Amino acid sequence: MQKTLDNRAWFLVLPVVLLVAFNAFIPLMTVVNYSVQDIYDSTHRAFVGADWYRDMLHNHRLYRALVRQFVFSGLVLLIEVPLGVAIALTMPKKDGWATSLTLVLVALPLLIPWNVIGTIWVVFLRPDIGLLGHFIDHTLGIHFDYPTVPMQAWISVMLMEVWHWTSLVVLLAYAGLRAIPDAYYQAAHIDGASAWAVFRYIQLPKMRGVLTIAILLRFMDSFLIYTEPFVLTGGGPGDSTTFLSIYLVKLAIGQFDVGRAGAFSIIYFMIVLAFSYVFYQALQRVGTGETK
Amino acid sequence: MARIELKDVAHSYLRSPAGPEDYALHRSDLVWEDGGAYALLGPSGSGKTTLLNIISGLVRPSEGRILFDGRDVTGLSTAQRNIAQVFQFPVIYDTMTVFDNLAFPLRNRSVAETEVRARVLKVAELLELADDLKKRASGLAADAKQKISLGRGLVRSDVAAILFDEPLTVIDPHVKWMLRLKLKQIHHEFKLALIYVTHDQAEALTFADQVMVLSEGRVVQVGSPTDLFEHPAHTFVGHFIGSPGMNLMPCTLDAAGVRVDGHGVALDAAYLERARRAGGELELGIRPEFVRYQPQAADGYMPAEVTSVEDLGNYKIVTARLGARLLKVKLREGTSVATGPGWLSFPPEWTRLYVNGDVLS
Repeated sequence: MQKTLDNRAWFLVLPVVLLVAFNAFIPLMTVVNYSVQDIYDSTHRAFVGADWYRDMLHNHRLYRALVRQFVFSGLVLLIEVPLGVAIALTMPKKDGWATSLTLVLVALPLLIPWNVIGTIWVVFLRPDIGLLGHFIDHTLGIHFDYPTVPMQAWISVMLMEVWHWTSLVVLLAYAGLRAIPDAYYQAAHIDGASAWAVFRYIQLPKMRGVLTIAILLRFMDSFLIYTEPFVLTGGGPGDSTTFLSIYLVKLAIGQFDVGRAGAFSIIYFMIVLAFSYVFYQALQRVGTGETK
Repeated sequence: MARIELKDVAHSYLRSPAGPEDYALHRSDLVWEDGGAYALLGPSGSGKTTLLNIISGLVRPSEGRILFDGRDVTGLSTAQRNIAQVFQFPVIYDTMTVFDNLAFPLRNRSVAETEVRARVLKVAELLELADDLKKRASGLAADAKQKISLGRGLVRSDVAAILFDEPLTVIDPHVKWMLRLKLKQIHHEFKLALIYVTHDQAEALTFADQVMVLSEGRVVQVGSPTDLFEHPAHTFVGHFIGSPGMNLMPCTLDAAGVRVDGHGVALDAAYLERARRAGGELELGIRPEFVRYQPQAADGYMPAEVTSVEDLGNYKIVTARLGARLLKVKLREGTSVATGPGWLSFPPEWTRLYVNGDVLS
């Protein structure tokens, strides 16, 4: 085939270039720009090289936030993935009004704006008028004051997170389960497989793809979580629920320390990228028999 | 090992079927003898898979009873019925090796591991899977996967029958015949009843000793491949089996014989007498293989018009117009035939009359 050379064709990729530039590249470069300079005011600045990076890598508050973040994301995955799969397994398998109703109910938390979620839980957990707070404080007789007790703050944030996001895992797992042909269940039945064996050897392997996506999404989202805990606890009491992004915002906007915040952002970005890559590679190989 | 019997079994997928059209399977009495190779043959939607699932227990029939060796198993689940089934698409356990796949039904039944090993090795040997035992089942080709599905049935010592639901659909044509041979061999060695559902007549006729032909939820004929070919009990069987199918023409009776579009066809007098007494809608049926052809007028031959000749190498298929009807005639290669006038005759020994679709014996 005769190819005609026409450089005007480059204009066709322009929209995508612009989109990626404004969407990802320019913001990222702005951050890189901040991270290598010490900015005093709008006219005075100095190039400091990797100083902010060195500084942030020796910052104990960052390490504590990082550890907190890993504990949080770890708990999120440990709770939400098994719980989501368990709920998906109990959902109706045939099309009908029951299925539609269940799906709508399950999807409901995902449709609520994030700051509204935080607000809902602030009210829900109030010991005086909140349904759950009042129940714990008065009916169970446990003194409940999550804004001052770190353990209670953690439990509250976890509860809110699980309530908000388990639905996503449920929907993905349910989609995976529905895609399994009936013949698999029939064959397993003929082979005398127990319910556990059906789960272990049919349902779980067949859900591998969707669960990979679920784990990746839940890891990334929970690792970047900001709005809901910020509304609920503001990172407190003390810094007990200060996760990476909350710390980052405090640094960048609260203290206007954009050099440190820039370096922090880049490190943060690298961590998310590295972990997502490792997760993805590992999950691609689970159950396929590849060893390398 | 068992003789399988269906007594007055009928099935509808609707909870309260209103009329006969709501039934996927009409009331039938059927028997599969122990150790037989059976095929259930019929077009899509004829009820053959429903029938198969009733035997295996995946579907509980709305009416009637199922007996295995005289024992009522209607209420028993598939696992309790000692039935193995091979599905249209290979079902394998992706995360397991071939060995574990084959061992799975035995391990679920708590068979001792030494026994499991011995049986799996024996079956793997037979199915030519011995070299793949340590491999992951998910990486194998479709035919190997289908052999694993079959193997999971064969390893069990308690299996009464193995059911096949169009098992060769996803298999490449050149591997199909090898698998079919394998099935024959397995049938010989294991002496199991094999029940094979297919819509492919070649598959059914080469595989089975007995073929059950289904149409619209009814078993219209049970017989050997030769029976089905030479004595189709129903116009559906005549039409469905054979390539091309039986020629069927509406006809009337007269003193000398039957009349098809004004042409007289001589038939046995006693046979005609029975036809006269039967009444009803009459059709004359003759297979293309049995129609005789002459290029010139001859005694007992009817004038026709050859409209096309297809040469398929080892035989020719001739389309001829007899009155208003188009007939197919299958001739040996080397027979010289040209379009234009031709003469046909229907030998009485191969000509059947059908009354309301059923053959007149």
